[in-house]
Amino acid sequence: MSAILEIQGLSVAYRPHRHRPPVPAVRDISLSIGRGETVAVVGESGSGKSTLAAAVLGLLPGTGAVTGGSITVAGKPVTGASERALRDLRGRVVALIPQDPTVTLNPTRRIGPQVAESVRRRQPEVPKRSVDAEVLAALSAAGLENPELRARQYPHELSGGLRQRVLIAAGLAGEPELLIADEPTSALDVTVQKRILDHLDRLVAGRGIALLLITHDLGVAADRADRVVVMRSGEVVESGPAATVLGSPQHEYTKELLRAAPGFSVTVREAGERTPEPILQLERLTKDYALPGGGNFRALDEVTLQVPKGQTLGLVGESGSGKTTALRSALGLITPTAGRIRFDGQDITDLGWRQLRPLRRRFQLVHQNPFAALDPRFSVEQTIGEPLVSFRVGDRTTRRRRVHELLDAVGLPRDFAGRRPAELSGGQRQRVAIARALSLEPDLLLLDEPVSALDVRVQEQILNLLTTLQNDLGLSYLFVSHDLAVVAGLAHRVAVLRGGRLVEEGPTAEVFSNPQSEYTQELLSAIAGRSPREHAGTTS
Amino acid sequence: MTSVKWLTSSTARYLAGRVLQAVIVLWAVYTVTFGILYLLPSDPVELQLAAANVQVDELSPAELAAAKQQYGLDQPLATQYFDQLGGLLRGDFGQSISLHRPVGELLAERLPSTLALGATAIGLALVLGGTLAYLAAYVRVAWLKTVLNRLPAVGVSLPPFFVGLLLIQVFAFELGWFPATGTQGASSLVLPAITMAVPTAAMLAQVLTRSLDDQLAEPYVATAAARGLSRQYVQARHALRNALLPTLTLLGLLLGATVTEAVVAETVFSRPGVGQMAQQAVLAQDVPLVQAIVVLAAAVFVVINLLIDLVYPLFDPRITHTPRVS
Amino acid sequence: MSVDLAPELGTRVVPEVAAGQRSPRRLGLLTARPGLILALLFVGFVLVSAVVPGWFTRYDPNATAGPDKLLAPSAEHWFGTDELGRDLFSRVLHGSTLTIQATLGAIVIAVVVGLTLGVVSGFFGGWPDSVLMRVVDVLLAIPRLLLALTIVTALGFGTLPIAVAVGVGIVPGFARITRARVLSIKALPYIEAARTGGASWTRVLVRHILPNSWGPVLVLAVLDFGVAILAISALSFLGFGAAPPAAEWGTLISQGRSYLITSPWLTLLPGLFVGLTVFSLNHISRSLEELQR
Repeated sequence: MSAILEIQGLSVAYRPHRHRPPVPAVRDISLSIGRGETVAVVGESGSGKSTLAAAVLGLLPGTGAVTGGSITVAGKPVTGASERALRDLRGRVVALIPQDPTVTLNPTRRIGPQVAESVRRRQPEVPKRSVDAEVLAALSAAGLENPELRARQYPHELSGGLRQRVLIAAGLAGEPELLIADEPTSALDVTVQKRILDHLDRLVAGRGIALLLITHDLGVAADRADRVVVMRSGEVVESGPAATVLGSPQHEYTKELLRAAPGFSVTVREAGERTPEPILQLERLTKDYALPGGGNFRALDEVTLQVPKGQTLGLVGESGSGKTTALRSALGLITPTAGRIRFDGQDITDLGWRQLRPLRRRFQLVHQNPFAALDPRFSVEQTIGEPLVSFRVGDRTTRRRRVHELLDAVGLPRDFAGRRPAELSGGQRQRVAIARALSLEPDLLLLDEPVSALDVRVQEQILNLLTTLQNDLGLSYLFVSHDLAVVAGLAHRVAVLRGGRLVEEGPTAEVFSNPQSEYTQELLSAIAGRSPREHAGTTS
Repeated sequence: MTSVKWLTSSTARYLAGRVLQAVIVLWAVYTVTFGILYLLPSDPVELQLAAANVQVDELSPAELAAAKQQYGLDQPLATQYFDQLGGLLRGDFGQSISLHRPVGELLAERLPSTLALGATAIGLALVLGGTLAYLAAYVRVAWLKTVLNRLPAVGVSLPPFFVGLLLIQVFAFELGWFPATGTQGASSLVLPAITMAVPTAAMLAQVLTRSLDDQLAEPYVATAAARGLSRQYVQARHALRNALLPTLTLLGLLLGATVTEAVVAETVFSRPGVGQMAQQAVLAQDVPLVQAIVVLAAAVFVVINLLIDLVYPLFDPRITHTPRVS
Repeated sequence: MSVDLAPELGTRVVPEVAAGQRSPRRLGLLTARPGLILALLFVGFVLVSAVVPGWFTRYDPNATAGPDKLLAPSAEHWFGTDELGRDLFSRVLHGSTLTIQATLGAIVIAVVVGLTLGVVSGFFGGWPDSVLMRVVDVLLAIPRLLLALTIVTALGFGTLPIAVAVGVGIVPGFARITRARVLSIKALPYIEAARTGGASWTRVLVRHILPNSWGPVLVLAVLDFGVAILAISALSFLGFGAAPPAAEWGTLISQGRSYLITSPWLTLLPGLFVGLTVFSLNHISRSLEELQR
């Protein structure tokens, strides 16, 4: 079988500054993909997987350059090719489905003309007058209903999932032989993610297109790929048929990734016999937002939830489900339209900021994005110690001692106390944020997607840390997440929200083994890695 | 945005609101200038009598009172404020003290020349600034890109009057291509228009270059390039339109500042326009004339920015003139 | 690399909101920017010469010398002499004193008032914000130079009035930028984190918002320094500056106009000097901005 994509000994380096040595991003990589084959490149951020994709398209950013090896697409060289020759390849021979559909369509151009740009690459095969018809055909092939309407719309009028379908349409409209999908669904909700990947699978298989799938998610790779290439720091760690690599990984790093991937080893936390009394109760909580021109948008609709003392309630939902509204109401950052909030039996719904302040020591928040949650000018010590200063706890020496204790507790070396956020990695920042939340010895932590911005192995570490802290300190957690698999290992109970309503609530094990609502079933089946591909053994 | 009817009615409401807002801003501008001119420590009566060539010191109290009455300065401030406001609303701008003529008449006489100059200058600035920015973003030769990127900074830094004098020196005195002063024919428009266009073009180029560079770094540009489109096509058809959006707002500000820019240009080139009149009015401390010119300039500014606001959705489909949830 | 603790150390972290890293790289960057050093040197020279012009020239700016009138630039007289035989270079340097005084005055007004308004508006929000921003809208609707002309009409001519006039003109833009910066920082999660950690608003303002706001504000202040110099020169060029024989930069250029045909250096050299000063300030502002990224 002739390979569509042939990469041999490829090395790419970035040179962000003239006076400094280049930084290698990809080192000595070889890879080939045959017609109709799907190969997944898996790696964490910084592994060089996206650089690889850019190199195949000949679209490395200005500071990047191929420093060795070669890339051949359908028999034509990419490395060392002229801009003209590359343009002839792009769109016609190799096409791209980019990462984040919210930023990869031109916001001021209608959908139709953007897809037409790909169709027109097939001229003279496709005459001018049939371009419009081809655009509509491409849109419906990508699974968009009412393509005539879609073609006239602007990107912002479409949801993320629909936009990704438009990008798929644009990618396939040039009838390429090789498709590069760079994290095609990581910006989308899980259920949408599954539907889009299913559709992409069918299209690629039906047309015999080779697919290079770039992903951070081993589960996605397992479900979709014939072969898997695991990358780390620009090098290939392990590669082979998906079943072999994921079934019996040889390399330590692959094993680690597999262990950390939430989809593969959904370990469900047991709730215990008896549910302790609740520390936080949301009772028939409702939140309306006024819409312009009259009318209301109900973000939260009579939601009743309880966080048991010393346990974790996992609150799961996709975007727009109201999970964040619920969390922020519990913190007193949003005033609910109706319903009560009780903390440790005390009604705190109508308490003002001042009245709530003494109670605030007992429940603390951990943000989603560890990059913006720390003041860039504060040292780690200042950040962790700030709540102590605010509540006038202790003096300088005792506070310093406490900061050191907290650093120990979250597994950071004590000499990190003097560092600034810019000198920390994402996981380290999240550890600092957790330490800050713990400084006042709270009873309850409200965790707003605390690991969604992190790589899987770091995710696992943070989740483990949270479990340890809960066991050691008897903390209660309200853990908000879009991902059931992430919640499973930590939550004693799970609540599922959809469109502002509670669709399911119960002990985690029960929800996973015997989901009551259809929506929960859909969420569960969307967890990547649970349905490895049947024909995963085929090799080129 | 389900019902079309709702949309149009809310657009109409938006329009009405914006127009009302513009009227309020103009009234506030009038009030602010009135406040500055009449409430600051200097005595407006003396200022104006001096402007009218009345030797205040030599007047007897009776004569002073008579003089005050002649210019309506004996009224309480509040009365003067409302009298003048009423006059403005009727299109009566009052009487120039130094030139002894109705301000409205003076403005009507001088405005056409200034508008011609302003329009030429803006046109020139758009062509110059736009071309410069487009080239600066497109060029890939490092040294040329640096030069094109730095050029606008020079244009912004040079004092406009210096540019004007330099142009006179070179093109009027040395080469004799264009007249140094006056308003005779189109050739007299060239040098003052260039003088006004240089800083405007430079500012436009600075904003547009940066905005183009930002847009070219956006993921949708790389995605378009991955479709096999040429760089020229991607920049012209994708990046440019999005880059124009911030420039459009700046353009409103620059258009609105035309009268101001004309002050220097008309003074340097001795062109009898509104700008030159403003300079003379301030020198003579002719309060009614200064105030009328300021209100006029603000009106131009407000109207142009209103228009820009209204056409903005044509350029950016994401903006609608209907309020939405923040 | 400690694998168990933080294996993600190996990946390069790109900070999204990393302001003010105290890294030794800064000095290195400075030496890698010869343009910035030249600009800093030139602005430094202008500032010093404004304070002690005598250090750089031995001529009295007002000493007339009939036979030496309208001399072209030479080693003796760097910028030539004017119609009364006064040394132009000396007059430009002594003019710096007035122009820089006026500029500093204008900037102080703009920064103090603009910063206060912007912080109050952005931080407190609500009706103070609405009122202040409407006032700013109105002031922005009057083109800067015309606002300055109005103030000059009311206050009379001289260095102080034009400083006030130009300063007031800069206030609204400054207030707006400060407000935008304060608002954007106020919306960041670390502010919320500090609040839920029990910090008072005063503490949040003083410890978090202000320190993180001043970077862009500084950039703007340097930029506005140049803008103020241009505006002040324009006003003195139009004849509203200090009375003769004292001469600001704009006045010098204006006086030279009468001799444009025969002695162009009388206008062109001082003009170039002003342009170079403003260009340097722009360059410094731009470099500061790039360094902060």
